[in-house]
Amino acid sequence: MTTEPTVGLLTVPWRWSRRHLFQSPGSSVLTLLAAWLLWKVLPSAVNWALVKAVWSGDPAACRASGGACWAFVTEKYRLILFGIYPYDEQWRPLTAIVVFVVMMLASAHPSCWRRWLIWMWAGGLVLVGILMWGGVPGLPYVSNDRWGGLPLTLILSATGIVLSFPLALLLALGRRSRLPAVRAASVAYIELWRGVPLVSVLFMASIMFPLFLPEGITVDKLLRAQAGIILFTAAYLAENVRGGLQAIARGQFEAADALGLSYWQKTRLIILPQALRLVIPPLVGQFITTFKDTSLVVIIGLYDLLSSTKMALSDPQWRAFYIEGYVVAALIYTVFTAAMSYYSQYLERRLDRDRRRS
Amino acid sequence: MNDEIVISLKDVNKWYGSFHVLHDLSLDVRKGERVVVCGPSGSGKSTVIRCVNRLEEHQAGTITVNGIELTSDLKTVEAVRHDVGMVFQQFNLFPHLTVLENLTLAPIWVKKVPKAEAAGLAMTYLERVKIADHARKYPAQLSGGQQQRVAIARSLCMRPSIMLFDEPTSALDPEMIKEVLDVMVELANDGMTMVCVTHEMGFARTVADTVVFMADGQIVEKNSPAELFGNPQEERTRQFLSQIIRH
Ligand SMILES: Nc1ncnc2c1ncn2[C@@H]1O[C@H](COP(=O)(O)OP(=O)(O)OP(=O)(O)O)[C@@H](O)[C@H]1O
Ligand SMILES: [Mg+2]
Repeated sequence: MTTEPTVGLLTVPWRWSRRHLFQSPGSSVLTLLAAWLLWKVLPSAVNWALVKAVWSGDPAACRASGGACWAFVTEKYRLILFGIYPYDEQWRPLTAIVVFVVMMLASAHPSCWRRWLIWMWAGGLVLVGILMWGGVPGLPYVSNDRWGGLPLTLILSATGIVLSFPLALLLALGRRSRLPAVRAASVAYIELWRGVPLVSVLFMASIMFPLFLPEGITVDKLLRAQAGIILFTAAYLAENVRGGLQAIARGQFEAADALGLSYWQKTRLIILPQALRLVIPPLVGQFITTFKDTSLVVIIGLYDLLSSTKMALSDPQWRAFYIEGYVVAALIYTVFTAAMSYYSQYLERRLDRDRRRS
Repeated sequence: MNDEIVISLKDVNKWYGSFHVLHDLSLDVRKGERVVVCGPSGSGKSTVIRCVNRLEEHQAGTITVNGIELTSDLKTVEAVRHDVGMVFQQFNLFPHLTVLENLTLAPIWVKKVPKAEAAGLAMTYLERVKIADHARKYPAQLSGGQQQRVAIARSLCMRPSIMLFDEPTSALDPEMIKEVLDVMVELANDGMTMVCVTHEMGFARTVADTVVFMADGQIVEKNSPAELFGNPQEERTRQFLSQIIRH
């Protein structure tokens, strides 16, 4: 009887770490460095965030403990999440958040990429509008200068992404069009918007734009900011999409032409499905950027998640606990951005299937 | 083959920028005729057949397909493409679609054939090219020869009356060439009008009614395979034939 080499208790972790942590001298050095940093930082971080933390109570209790003051969050979480939306009506922005999350989940799986998705988003955005604004029986009107916090961040970024995407497709196709006028207009649009920082776009939308409007006509501040974000994001997305279009072999266009497909059939059925899956990482990167950049709307007086956190911190009693406030805001941002980047990796793997041989 | 002329090129001229590719080229193809086009690399063989379904535009002369003259009017282009299938050297299957979806796409979208009917039609053609077992696979999972047979079936699904082939076996390993040629021979025997750029002389001998020898954007010689291969009239033709026979 031959004896198998005994598989000790530590064999599996040992092999795993050989493969993942100590594969080369370089990675070994980095692993050790990271371990040393963790060793230095982790204990005090855990001590601060968990062991000595105060979960409820008043500022005095927090100051006495020397740990994290989560009591601040317990006290102010509604302000952080919903801004100054009327307190008794805050179930409405909460429902809006749920609607967004459900719509995002429903859009995630490739088997759901059908026409109804467009209608779902259109309906969903209308629903969110009704919930947030109200003004229908049972829902008192809430002006949008009282909107804030996470729902505002989600509205600005999700609407921004969803509406800028079709515009970006048209711009990217336009930039490769055979018609000189279409091509020139697309190039001009893309280069113009990419030449301006988002901050100035928002600033223009809020301060300059109203000056150009005739007397008596006003466009809501939120809508102006939203339009700015859509138009700005589209220019960047268009360049990402164009990268994918350029990677499609000429033979694909020719085969589609030879079969008699029209330009739009060819584009929709053959070219875009291939081009878009090539550029998933930069597209999702741009989505993440848009999500985070919505925090810039603070300069025009809209209170997104980050600004509502600041607002909560403006209470003199709790002012000292800004670290806790920002940690919570950062965690919320991280949940959404991490979800997006994991999703991008999942999608790439899944759509890659047919390019592999099996 | 009957006397009806289905493809007619008259004094066709084409330039790529300032480069004059086709010089006053004229050629008639009859219904059911099998034409093989051969000639040295760069002589304009691909350009000619790509002008027939307007993947390339000619600048002078007229091209008439099934009585429709090709102009820059999109309607004529559309009408001609409905009736003319094309098979490429590089297959050009759609990699993001399954074999079956590759076949049903154009019938469903261009001809508005109901989905189930399109799938049935597709399976018929897949059986004809002996590849029905692979209907649910993606192109990347097939060999080159299999992919080219799928490409032929994809064109046939549009029920074209004319098929164009641009070196359909040139990108294939030698052992796969026969399986593709067999399909083409069968198609020829069914009476399909075919214009085929190829250097497979065996195929030309057994199948072609007419062989066209091109050089420098002109037709140098046009004859039956027996005559053109056995008794070439032009010096250029003799030179070319001696070269491909030596290889
Ligand atoms: N898009 C293009 N732009 C400029 N020149 C081109 C283009 N396509 C082809 N040509 C040139 O036109 C000439 C004829 O090309 P064509 O592809 O028709 O030759 P061919 O006879 O099919 O050659 P091969 O046997 O190598 O396929 C060649 O000299 C080629 O370099
Ligand atoms: Mg060629």
